[in-house]
Amino acid sequence: MKIVIKIIFLLIIIPSKSFSLIEVDITRGNLDPLPIAVSPLSIDENSRQNFEKILKKKNIGEEISKIIEVNLKTSGLFNPLNKDAFLQAPDIANLKPRFEDWNLIKAQALITGKVSYLDEKLRVEFRLWDVLAGKEMVALAFTTVPTNWRRVGHIITDKVYQRLTGEKGYFDTRIIYVAEEGPKTKRIKKLAIMDQDGANNKFLTLGNELVLTPRFNPTSQMVTYLSYFRNLPRVYLLDIETGMQEVVGDFPGMTFAPRFSPNGKKIIMSFAKDGNSEIYTMDLENRIVEKITNHPSIDTSPSFSPDGKFICFNSDRSGYQQIYVMKSDGSNVKRISFGKGLYGTPVWSPRGDLIAFTKLHKGKFYIGVMRTDGSGERLLTENFYQEAPSWSPNGRVLIFYRETETDDKGEGFSAKLWSIDLTGYNERMVKTPTDASDPSWSSLLSN
Amino acid sequence: MKKLRIRNIDQGAIMKLNKILKNTLLLVFACFALSACATSKKTTGQMQGDVYTGTDTVEYLASGVPDRVFFATNESVLTTASRETLRKQAAYLRKNSKITIVLEGHADERGTREYNLALGERRANAAKDYLMTYGISSNRISVLSYGKERPVDSGSNPLAWSKNRRSVTVKAN
Repeated sequence: MKIVIKIIFLLIIIPSKSFSLIEVDITRGNLDPLPIAVSPLSIDENSRQNFEKILKKKNIGEEISKIIEVNLKTSGLFNPLNKDAFLQAPDIANLKPRFEDWNLIKAQALITGKVSYLDEKLRVEFRLWDVLAGKEMVALAFTTVPTNWRRVGHIITDKVYQRLTGEKGYFDTRIIYVAEEGPKTKRIKKLAIMDQDGANNKFLTLGNELVLTPRFNPTSQMVTYLSYFRNLPRVYLLDIETGMQEVVGDFPGMTFAPRFSPNGKKIIMSFAKDGNSEIYTMDLENRIVEKITNHPSIDTSPSFSPDGKFICFNSDRSGYQQIYVMKSDGSNVKRISFGKGLYGTPVWSPRGDLIAFTKLHKGKFYIGVMRTDGSGERLLTENFYQEAPSWSPNGRVLIFYRETETDDKGEGFSAKLWSIDLTGYNERMVKTPTDASDPSWSSLLSN
Repeated sequence: MKKLRIRNIDQGAIMKLNKILKNTLLLVFACFALSACATSKKTTGQMQGDVYTGTDTVEYLASGVPDRVFFATNESVLTTASRETLRKQAAYLRKNSKITIVLEGHADERGTREYNLALGERRANAAKDYLMTYGISSNRISVLSYGKERPVDSGSNPLAWSKNRRSVTVKAN
């Protein structure tokens, strides 16, 4: 009897407790971002001096909290409050926040923390507080090499995002893309990689040959892309850590449009020969090649479903570019796009429920999503030219590229990366040092 | 009485309508004539349908042998003019049997990158097939698709796009 009472008691207590804590709904456009205070991570003077020597940053605690703030702001779901209004000092706030003070500046959530220098390492602890309920929601500590300080900011943001939205974040990630320079008729293109927030930009190729469509392996730091090395357009594999490159699609013809399978063990790509493009897979371990489609039309832009059981792709077998879905062995081919216009670049969401695409209709380009059976088509953004969406690892944000219309003299061309939430809100340009196209989002680097 | 009145009104309305129709018809005709003039001016020597027929960007493999053929949007079908150009190329290549060539296929910027790569390949192969039927051995021809990566005209208008939808025959040796 006592046990029964206890269970009932727990059942009542737990839901009401979780109900009382704040939640952010990411399933609809968030026009009212959650006010959040990011108190600078506190740091003792000795640690501060050590990090200043190693990292050339005056106060690494403040720098890390800036990263968290920018991440939260660009997500569109949070509104980080101005630090000038903070009443409590960072070190005291981390011990025990005076919730009335934070309530006063309308903060609903509060992030506090502490950085210290320990055995040549960077030790961070942080806490997420529900200001209204006056409760701690997350408390975590971890240690890493000091040069990883930016990632520390991203990992904290991921934890905060996950606790408040109930879904994994996408901040400790990188984006590989094609950096572009020069006139439109003679573009120089290089592979480039950067953190999700644009930091640590690095060029991976020199620009001697044309490179296109880099894509991350979802399970490792490998990338597959198309290179025109020696004027032979072929699919290549690149290990970002070692810089090792190898050709994987060396068939007598052109291989292009590569992507990894969800387990990272196969590459799926198009192979064009004698005026016909078909879809093939190659097993990276034993190099066994399988032909998946068999049709005299163009079959390209293949993308696996996250369970690996299906493939969506682009074909003009109906006479025009449309999106099709088939089983991963090539059987049961079904057209799923039936709206007005042309459809291209289908990409399966990492959550499995949606396919993102590019659509051309009446001279305008759209980025949109539809369910995997083609129903529920929703266009997120319209522009003169945009294409090639890539999903954030949590399936909540799409990154793509946009090109501008040139003027009467053919000038004014530019290509930039943009991102938009699945809700259609929070459309923003992703800053890159040069013009940019063909973005691909990595998986979460940690966990 | 009432009926008559209504008829009168109706007749008046019909008369008016006729007038309006006549005037608008005249207007429509005028518009048609004008637009026909405008478009024909634009297209003469420039475009037929949306296939480029001008010579602005064309280079020559030899005197009288144009190096490129043009395509309609999303098409890889050779036009009459394209076939004529390719027959000239074939004749030139038969005479100069040591020359090998690359057929570079291109698309305009109004399509997705990957589809355009496939489309460029299809266009270059359409040219290749035609050259082969005129006696050029396939081992003298290689095909290279650039998709939309190498436009000749950086404009964002139908004329620029028509110049970019092309297959160019380039001497490889």
